[in-house]
Amino acid sequence: MQLDEFFVTGEPLIYAGMVAIVLVTSAIIFLLTYFKKWQWLWREWLTTVDHKKIGIMYILSALAMLFRAGMDALMMRTQLAFPDMNFLNAQHYNEVFTTHGTIMIIFMAMPFLIGLMNIVVPLQIGARDFAFPFVNALSFWSFFFGALLFNISFVIGGSPDAGWTSYTPLSGAAMSPGPGQNFYLLALQLSGIGTLATGINLMVTIIKMRAPGMTLFKMPIFTWSTLITSFIIVFAFPILTIALALLTIDRIFGSQFFTVTGEGLPMMWANLFWMWGHPEVYIVILPAFGIFSEVISTFAKKRLFGYNVMVWSIILIAGLSFLVWVHHFFTMGAGAFVNSVFSISTMAIAVPTGVKIFNWLATLYKSKIQMTTAMMWALAFIPSFVIGGVTGVMLGMAAADYQFHNSYFLIAHFHYVLIAGTVFACFAGLVYWYPKMFGHKLNERIGKWSFWLFVIGFHVCFFPQYFLGLDGMPRRVFHIIPEWMPLNQIATVGAFVMGIGFAVFVFNIYYSYRHSEREKTGDPWDGRTLEWATPTPVPHYNFAIVPHVESHDAHWDMKQKDKTIYNESKLEPIHMPNSTGQPFIMMAILFFASFALVFEWIWLAVAGLIGALVMMGIRSFDYDEGHHVEVDEIKQTERSARRL
Amino acid sequence: MLLSGCSELTVLDPKGPVGESQKDLILYSLVFMMGIVVVVFSLFAFMVIKYRDKPNRKENDYKPDLHGNRTLEIIWTIIPVMIVTALSIPTVSTLFDLEKPPESSNDQEPLVIYATSADWKWFFSYPEQGIETVNYLHIPTNRAIEFRLSSADSMASLWIPALGGQKYNMTGMETILYLQADEPGIYDGRNSNFNGEGFARQTFKVHAENSAEFQNWVASIQNEAPELTQNQYDSLLKPGLEGKMAFSSTHLAWVDHGTNEGRDYSVVRHWDAFGELLHLENGENHEHK
Repeated sequence: MQLDEFFVTGEPLIYAGMVAIVLVTSAIIFLLTYFKKWQWLWREWLTTVDHKKIGIMYILSALAMLFRAGMDALMMRTQLAFPDMNFLNAQHYNEVFTTHGTIMIIFMAMPFLIGLMNIVVPLQIGARDFAFPFVNALSFWSFFFGALLFNISFVIGGSPDAGWTSYTPLSGAAMSPGPGQNFYLLALQLSGIGTLATGINLMVTIIKMRAPGMTLFKMPIFTWSTLITSFIIVFAFPILTIALALLTIDRIFGSQFFTVTGEGLPMMWANLFWMWGHPEVYIVILPAFGIFSEVISTFAKKRLFGYNVMVWSIILIAGLSFLVWVHHFFTMGAGAFVNSVFSISTMAIAVPTGVKIFNWLATLYKSKIQMTTAMMWALAFIPSFVIGGVTGVMLGMAAADYQFHNSYFLIAHFHYVLIAGTVFACFAGLVYWYPKMFGHKLNERIGKWSFWLFVIGFHVCFFPQYFLGLDGMPRRVFHIIPEWMPLNQIATVGAFVMGIGFAVFVFNIYYSYRHSEREKTGDPWDGRTLEWATPTPVPHYNFAIVPHVESHDAHWDMKQKDKTIYNESKLEPIHMPNSTGQPFIMMAILFFASFALVFEWIWLAVAGLIGALVMMGIRSFDYDEGHHVEVDEIKQTERSARRL
Repeated sequence: MLLSGCSELTVLDPKGPVGESQKDLILYSLVFMMGIVVVVFSLFAFMVIKYRDKPNRKENDYKPDLHGNRTLEIIWTIIPVMIVTALSIPTVSTLFDLEKPPESSNDQEPLVIYATSADWKWFFSYPEQGIETVNYLHIPTNRAIEFRLSSADSMASLWIPALGGQKYNMTGMETILYLQADEPGIYDGRNSNFNGEGFARQTFKVHAENSAEFQNWVASIQNEAPELTQNQYDSLLKPGLEGKMAFSSTHLAWVDHGTNEGRDYSVVRHWDAFGELLHLENGENHEHK
């Protein structure tokens, strides 16, 4: 292999990217060295098993990925602004939309939500950490190195270019030779390990580690949505794992699962992909529903309306999510009967979703709405998501879908549900739980600026795309015809306004770090659930004394009854896990193994795999029993945190 | 104003019965969707305006423990169920109708056209007429067209939005798509399913003309166009862009990519060519030569 095949050459944008990467990396190395922070980085972050720190690392990574994939989006919107635009050529455009989609779903939406779950769920259920803290760290590093592997394809080897759905036979060895598609397969496989492990971890944590008295139907709704999501993860992700593995074997070792030659079944990929892919979109939307429920109930100063119905709706949606995958390819010619069945099952999802919308509206009835930034994100979700939802039902009508399929109508629909659902929820959740994470609120005034810019930009960007679809504009084309120009230009303006909104959001993080008033109470929003019962900063063991729960909205209930969960006389030593560098090292080794496999350097990959097995062996014989936090230390920590 | 603007959109201004039935279904569903949007938006606006935390709010206007209402919850479950039912019935009946040629041209047999996608061009074979075109299509009006779709390599999707919805072209299997043009005209057709570098250029024009003109055109191709040889066809299959062409014979004589035997015909011949980049820019030679 030549050096110029290894590095991507010939593209000025990519050279600029390389320079930026080198500069940023050098700056980080310089700062860490200059301020003597290497040890701090290793001790406090790289080796931590604390769910709160892992959650923060998830969210920071997700924000970085949002930036990267957002830049992809702006590049696409720039290219589509004029019919004769030549900003990106066909190949480059194809790479950009592929990485945009893949990163947004796999390396932005999911990690962002998993980050919030990491921080919030143990606090909401009165637990001191995850059921398996070591596995939790392993999950994070698997995601981190998966994302790293995917992103370096930008400058090394070349990015994948077959779309985030990576349909065969296009993505097979015959039609997409070279490392690009391998990056996709192995990056998803590597990060998939972590997602699956997190699913199991959260499931066990929620089922086994709830505070005494917290029955399933007294759990906060975000915890409920997380539990259901983790079930979806555990049932859906193995399908992706197998599909990726089969395609990897196809590409690297010449098997014929999805090939055109040798009786392969290229269309089986579409089935397997969407049997995972449709549940996947519920993996990123159900936690969003949970976040909105929490935020709306807190800032409406009112109990969530129809709690039981909300829970059953989530369960029903989760069940149905496994029964609708064919609606992604009604046009494959499966016949009228099959399409009818999947049409009806698809539209059926609208029923529990509609019920949830009405329950949120009913929660607002006779409430006292406080227009905080978090609440505004949650409120903006309702009308925006309804537009995405009703157009989703239209797409679900298979006979009409023959016209919508592969068009910008579809693009508009799924951005309406994924941005108004997932992204708004990520922002709402981050703003809402920010004081718990960092000890200060985000500035409200700047927050509202970012909110209005982003939300207005969002509608300006995506609403015209419904009409572009009806005018016959297909997705994934790298140039437009003059008839589509006006609506495309509006969309491009909207996209840049969204970009500014995001920039203001990020600026707000910096501004608030410098200027926001530090949190003293631990309950800045007058919250309802147990995470607000902990002091801020949250001690690493979370709860000095495990609370007893009597109702849902446990903290609200305690405040009404003037109770606190802290009682100095009842302190006992707390058993906590030790930090460990093993997850980081194990996943770093798997990263190198995957990288070698991308370039089909088989022996190097085998060596890496053996390294990972050795690490697993070491872990198996590691009798690290953790440590106890003594009563004196707890007292000291609590006194300073509670300002007693 | 909104509606008049919409009627200029291709999908909502169809030129044949298939697109017409899909337009009707879309507009029918749109009525329900508008209804839902109006109801939810009004409720939303009412709640957000009325129940903001203002200083002069009445005390009995705030019920923090209100947490359910059986009747209401049953109502807003049943109404969506009814809407979904109302949408399902025409969807299913249209689905079954679309599997048959349109009824309005029942008096004639459909015209059979094999539409074969190859990276990144279209071959249209008229077996009854014994002619084949590349990257353009002539069809008679008021007669159903039975497209037999397949692909020589990657998966594509034949979409002529002015005439109706799309279906996939896949290698090694055949899908059937019925379309019909009632109005003469020139319509845009394309592959709508992403299949690699030349995807955006895999387009064609559909010339819909009355029966006599169509017969004239067929005759002129039969008389004037050269025969398609297997060698020439094989080289046309090579991934790349091609202009418009016409031949007085079809490739079906030696391969039908819609059968299992024909599935890897192109891939084994052009294995190495798929990896070569076209370096396709958005340039001046936008339209096919």
